[in-house]
Amino acid sequence: MSIAWYLAVSAIVFVLGAVGVITRRNPLVILLCLELMLNGANLALIAFSRMWGNGDGQILALVVMTVAACEVCIGLGMIVAIHRRRLPVDVDELRELQG
Amino acid sequence: MSAVLFFIAAAGAIAGATGVVVLRDPFFSVLALVVHLVSLALLFLLLRAEFVAAVQVVLYAGAVMVLYVFVVAYVGSDGARTEIGQLGERLRGAGPVASGLRRGGALLGAALAVELMIALLGTGLEGIEGEGAGYVPGPRTFGTPAYIGRLLLTRFLLAFEVASFLLLVAAVGAVVLARRRRGLEGGDEIAPATAVQRGRPPLTGTMAEGVGAARRS
Repeated sequence: MSIAWYLAVSAIVFVLGAVGVITRRNPLVILLCLELMLNGANLALIAFSRMWGNGDGQILALVVMTVAACEVCIGLGMIVAIHRRRLPVDVDELRELQG
Repeated sequence: MSAVLFFIAAAGAIAGATGVVVLRDPFFSVLALVVHLVSLALLFLLLRAEFVAAVQVVLYAGAVMVLYVFVVAYVGSDGARTEIGQLGERLRGAGPVASGLRRGGALLGAALAVELMIALLGTGLEGIEGEGAGYVPGPRTFGTPAYIGRLLLTRFLLAFEVASFLLLVAAVGAVVLARRRRGLEGGDEIAPATAVQRGRPPLTGTMAEGVGAARRS
């Protein structure tokens, strides 16, 4: 398969993640959709890494995975804290900072 | 063979991603994301990124998704109920807002898809038409753990150290965020129980009362 096919799949996954981030309101699902976007980017990175026969893209993909793990860690901690305070787990309700 | 595997994995990845976005219950979204991640690991294998594929399965589909499942079990049913309830409320009350949001999201997604396809497939890069650079199988070739390890500990040592420090900061931050604060929360789960215990006669509500020790003492 040519690299272009992999790039098309990565673009589709990225767009699906972006649509999910925009339309869903549960912060858990928004985090999942962020994961989708990061994974789409990862697939593009690894496809380009294969295209050049160079490992740099794979290293960057590993770093992206690390950052995604950190983001999940903090995000889930925040969701647990929100739940503990009996606040609604919904990004439309949690808008006290909007002023 | 590789084409068949590619289409199976790509279909799995896109179906999983669609499931994450579309499914109502967050628990099913997590399961769909697991399907997506495993299919993506297969795509990574097809791209000769063996180590990254292994990390994807072990770390993502293993550890991170277990964390998600735990948090969904802790919060998720509540979240699903509010989401469904408010969805119904919205459909009844402010219908145009919800459908407008959904339509706007789909429109923006379509625009983004067209733009990305133009950027990726209409690029002047000649390499994307080919299968990639030459690949010779071997123990230390492109994509193996030995290759990645050598890169991480030589050329990308700084990135490696910064990433490990970031993980440490995230772990500390998660503990600080999710810990129980006694002073701040009025409606903590522990506090009402202690208040009840303070006001009642000794030994009532325990096993001792059940066997008659409370009356005697």
